[in-house]
Amino acid sequence: MSGAGGQVAVAAREVRRHFGALAAVDGVSLSVNHGEIFGLVGPDGAGKTTLMRMLAGVLRPDAGEIVLDGVDVLADPEAAKARLSYMPQRFGLYEDLSVDENIFFYAELFGVERKARKARAAELLEAAGMAPFRRRLAGALSGGMKQKLGLVCALIHTPTVLLLDEPTTGVDPVSRREFWGILYSLRESGVTILLSTAYMDEAERCSRLALMHEGRVHDCDTPARLKQAMPGVLFAVTAPDPRAVRAALEDAPGVLGALLMGDRVNLRADSAARAPELAARLHERGVAYGDIAQVEPGIEDVFVALTGAGAA
Amino acid sequence: MNLRRLLAIAYKETLQIWRDPRSLAIALLMPLMQMGLLGYGVSLDIKRVPLCVYDQENSQLSRGVVNRFTSSDWFREVAVLQTDRDLRAAMDHGTCLGALVIPVNFSRTLYMTGQDSLQVVFDATDSNTTNIATGYAQGIVAQLDADLAANWRGAHGETARSIGTVDLSSRVWFNEGLDSRNFIVPGVVAIILSLVGSQLTSLTVAREWERGTMEQLISTPVTGLELMFGKLTPYFVIGLLDAVFCLGAAAFWFHVPFRGSLFTLVLTTALFALVVLGIGYLLSVRIHNQLGASQIALMLTMLPTTMLSGYTFPLDQMPEAVRVISWFVPARYYVTILRSVFLKGSSLLDMAVPVIALLVYAAVIIRAAARAFRKSLD
Repeated sequence: MSGAGGQVAVAAREVRRHFGALAAVDGVSLSVNHGEIFGLVGPDGAGKTTLMRMLAGVLRPDAGEIVLDGVDVLADPEAAKARLSYMPQRFGLYEDLSVDENIFFYAELFGVERKARKARAAELLEAAGMAPFRRRLAGALSGGMKQKLGLVCALIHTPTVLLLDEPTTGVDPVSRREFWGILYSLRESGVTILLSTAYMDEAERCSRLALMHEGRVHDCDTPARLKQAMPGVLFAVTAPDPRAVRAALEDAPGVLGALLMGDRVNLRADSAARAPELAARLHERGVAYGDIAQVEPGIEDVFVALTGAGAA
Repeated sequence: MNLRRLLAIAYKETLQIWRDPRSLAIALLMPLMQMGLLGYGVSLDIKRVPLCVYDQENSQLSRGVVNRFTSSDWFREVAVLQTDRDLRAAMDHGTCLGALVIPVNFSRTLYMTGQDSLQVVFDATDSNTTNIATGYAQGIVAQLDADLAANWRGAHGETARSIGTVDLSSRVWFNEGLDSRNFIVPGVVAIILSLVGSQLTSLTVAREWERGTMEQLISTPVTGLELMFGKLTPYFVIGLLDAVFCLGAAAFWFHVPFRGSLFTLVLTTALFALVVLGIGYLLSVRIHNQLGASQIALMLTMLPTTMLSGYTFPLDQMPEAVRVISWFVPARYYVTILRSVFLKGSSLLDMAVPVIALLVYAAVIIRAAARAFRKSLD
């Protein structure tokens, strides 16, 4: 990859991991630059967690190379661990310990000085809106607060690379906004963040994205460029019965894909000129619809278009 | 090894034990219960066996025989029987465990022929008790025999001295009262330590896997050795405190004579604690679930400790094959040490073999436990 250290914070090359016959991660290469918020996007079962675990040095790949902040994770996982922080998908802190006790434990494991710990804990808890809950047992926190506590513990030793596996799954919108607030301020202080998510709206907040599907990374770019790279144009068709619309238009000429989105269907077509054609087809088949309008694609549309994943 | 990380683990573990009712119960209540249960409940002494008396003759001599039985500490009279049917019924109903039957012409036959027999019938459902009671009965009869012989000789103008009867005087060393409590109670300490030590530690690593805290833990720079010694430290302290409690109870509550040195006792106890903690930890590392690990720990420590340590069942009386297996039971050595220290006041040098055996065991187990831990999710 592009030299040790330097620009690249996390570099993975041709990383593979099998579980029995299943190739959970099937030859993934990616490189994350310093100071990025890099998103690993994909549905459940795409291999995100397995990849994250290998990057964090808690699971060994069958093959491939991982270099994290200039340290070869496979050759010297312990040196890498001193520089990174990993927050697993499942809450990994001690529910029978209080907020402060959890923070103290992780600070000690990373050898954080007492003074630095106090100042940093106060600052992080303040930012997370958790200052009043320092003595509460972690098990008694809400889902969102647990995740924020996880983040505080992960950040207590000021890592250079932060690996977050689906950090906001099951977190309420307010906590999620606070969570992202912390991530943005971290990026400003130079921490590289690699996070996985199944939420497409969250993916838009990342500086760059890797679209992961069935153990492979398909495309890797900024959200805006990924959208541009999507072949064709996107129509949103509102309808009382979107399923009927999809059924009618799925195999119409020029239609590349149809995605059910609540009260509408997102249709990807080869050209903007197809709109009248599609309207005519719906008339012809007697399917009621409200409006056909060309729209900006979201990450979900891009994901489906680029990975060739079936209708989500 | 980084001491700071080790202490962080120990501190965290202590907080968790303190807040986990199950661990706390095992650490604090179990020794109390076991000590009471095993200290009071298990006794190999059989005293005051309920005896029915069926004296068919009812002569001076026969009443004297009955008296010899019932005035001893070993038997107590619960009923006087009149007929054979009564005897049958008493045994059937469990009124008594044994019956002393003296035949109609007991004294006449004895004086005429110089010999006669009396009968003691036992309910042998509990064969162990029966064996011991039979022993008591034989002792009483032997004494009766000797006294009668002396009387007879006296009556016939011979002095006992001139015949020179041998007076067998047996002395029992170390446990003068032949009190089985003195024998058992020190062994109970081994049982409790095995149980508490291996049970608590068997949960410790498995719990981290079960609750999902291990994944985050292994993403930190903590090493396997720091984790092991950090986790074992609080349990080691608990184990020693439990042992002190039990040993104190043995000496001051059950009044088991203590003749050895406290230093020897503490040192060997610490060694045995390391062995059982190591076994529990090893299982916990290998088996990623608490229930499985604690069950297997129970099977690997409690069972052999009760059966094969010689704590109640003497190893000398076991088949060769079983005895060979017992060499692999660490509690065997510790029980030997406990008894020697308590009753004989043995020094470390006197007990070199069991002490070295424990030492080797501890080293092997701790090493195996250290190597078993993998800082990985595979």
